[in-house]
Amino acid sequence: MKRQRRRLVDIAHARSGDKGDTANIGLIALKPKDYPLLVKQVTAARVARHFKGMIKGPVERFELPNLYALNFLLHGALDGGGTISLKTDAQGKVFSTALLRMEIEVKK
Amino acid sequence: MRVAGGQGFWGDWLEAPYRQVTGGPVDYLMMDYLAEVTMSILQKQKSRDPARGYATDFVTQMERILPTIVERGIKVTANAGGVNPRACAMAVAAVARKLGLNRKLTIGVVTGDDLLGRLNGLIARGHDLMNLDTRRPLHDVRDRVLSANAYLGAAPVVEALQRGAQVVITGRVTDTGLTLGPLMHAFGWPADAWDQIAAGTVAGHIIECGAQCSGGNCLHDWNRIPDLANVGYPIVEARADGSFDIVKHPHTGGRIDIASVTEQLVYEMGDPRAYITPDGVADFTTIQLHQVSKDRVRVSGVRGKPATDKLKVSVAYFYGYKAVGTLVYAWPDALEKAKAADRILRHRLDDLGLKFEAIHTEFVGADATHGPLALKDVDITAIPEVQLRVGVRARDEAPVDRFTREIAPLILNGPPSVTGFAGGRPKPEEIVAYWPALLDKRMVQPSVELIEA
Repeated sequence: MKRQRRRLVDIAHARSGDKGDTANIGLIALKPKDYPLLVKQVTAARVARHFKGMIKGPVERFELPNLYALNFLLHGALDGGGTISLKTDAQGKVFSTALLRMEIEVKK
Repeated sequence: MRVAGGQGFWGDWLEAPYRQVTGGPVDYLMMDYLAEVTMSILQKQKSRDPARGYATDFVTQMERILPTIVERGIKVTANAGGVNPRACAMAVAAVARKLGLNRKLTIGVVTGDDLLGRLNGLIARGHDLMNLDTRRPLHDVRDRVLSANAYLGAAPVVEALQRGAQVVITGRVTDTGLTLGPLMHAFGWPADAWDQIAAGTVAGHIIECGAQCSGGNCLHDWNRIPDLANVGYPIVEARADGSFDIVKHPHTGGRIDIASVTEQLVYEMGDPRAYITPDGVADFTTIQLHQVSKDRVRVSGVRGKPATDKLKVSVAYFYGYKAVGTLVYAWPDALEKAKAADRILRHRLDDLGLKFEAIHTEFVGADATHGPLALKDVDITAIPEVQLRVGVRARDEAPVDRFTREIAPLILNGPPSVTGFAGGRPKPEEIVAYWPALLDKRMVQPSVELIEA
């Protein structure tokens, strides 16, 4: 079976928000059949590498198979968060879209 | 049994509450006004004027919808009371009298969340209100605290409704409690019906951000979501068993489908197996979604666990100062010019000996939201313009103020093709920071009072 690299933006949608200095990213498979691909390839370690230099803390991952979704917590992502942060995206509202740039391998 | 979401935050669409009570049948209108920072702003207003300290927009909204809700018997739950729910209720009562609705409106007032005057006593009794993120005791910032509120749950909202309140005005009640309260009251759910409590909490979470579950801010298929200009805010259509549908009024825009509801479910999520509120713990991995028909999503299967013995406390305290300055650089070499300007600016700040806790630079149009991930994918030489955006933060105001005077000179003495400074010198801003903590539930006694208009 031939494989090709596809961007997450073609396979999933996402929304993010904040809790203090932590950004969350909910990553949702566009088609339920692609959820296992996300579980297998979009690991906490892979996400931590993707955001290297942009976040200061660890990445946690939680699975929601009922919603075909993964939830990531990116700690130390918001320059202190909330009112302290100097970032445009102080509340992590669009962190989710940066994750959608990641490429994973899919069957051709 | 229909609970309509009318406001997702203080500043949300002013038309939404009116449309929700007139666009079709609803039993309750739920309005969320309080973000973490809001409480400290309101506390500051109250310290200047004891009659203030609540969301004034709510009173204006009530003036518009009171005749309708009194006529149709629609009940309202809102945390618009901020740090002064009683004053908010008095203002609504005055509006009711003005509209000739005397003796037709009973207002419930929920208090007991405000801990500002009790902090020293609590600390003295061994409640250190440790910061959940930094693990430091509140003592560290005690002399800079501006507000302190416990998050109350649905129980006092239920009590107010049971005692006959048509409008329930609260202080810091959780966003979800404003929806769960009406459901518990209508269906007679006991406080330990954990699955129903969890279901009502999930319902509250879905509608607490207004249209963010009905097509607003929805990435999935965003450019084909119809008629956002006329977006329908969400309505929970609930059943006694805890299952419910998310719907909206007919002839409104937006979209309610599995994608739009799922995006809202994962918004601001922590551990999905334990969504903790004062009322119980909801397990988001048990939620089942089903598209019943167009713009109708059924939510079922929600399981819950018993409430914890703690309440979350939100403390706001004075942190320091910040300022953000911006300039726009045009092609050719827009990004290179902005980068050069940033280097020059930092050189000058350094030469002045200014000390900052942080200096943060973004190149808006190139890397502000996606950082280095974006620059890999873009032909940098083609970017038509870049906004240089530099922010500084310090405990003292003086270095921040000096920074604000170093932006404008760059227009004439820095890199070329620069514009976008019509706004003038940036202003130093006070930073009010947020301190999350937990407190033994037994230390907080919610109180309910009724006021007749």
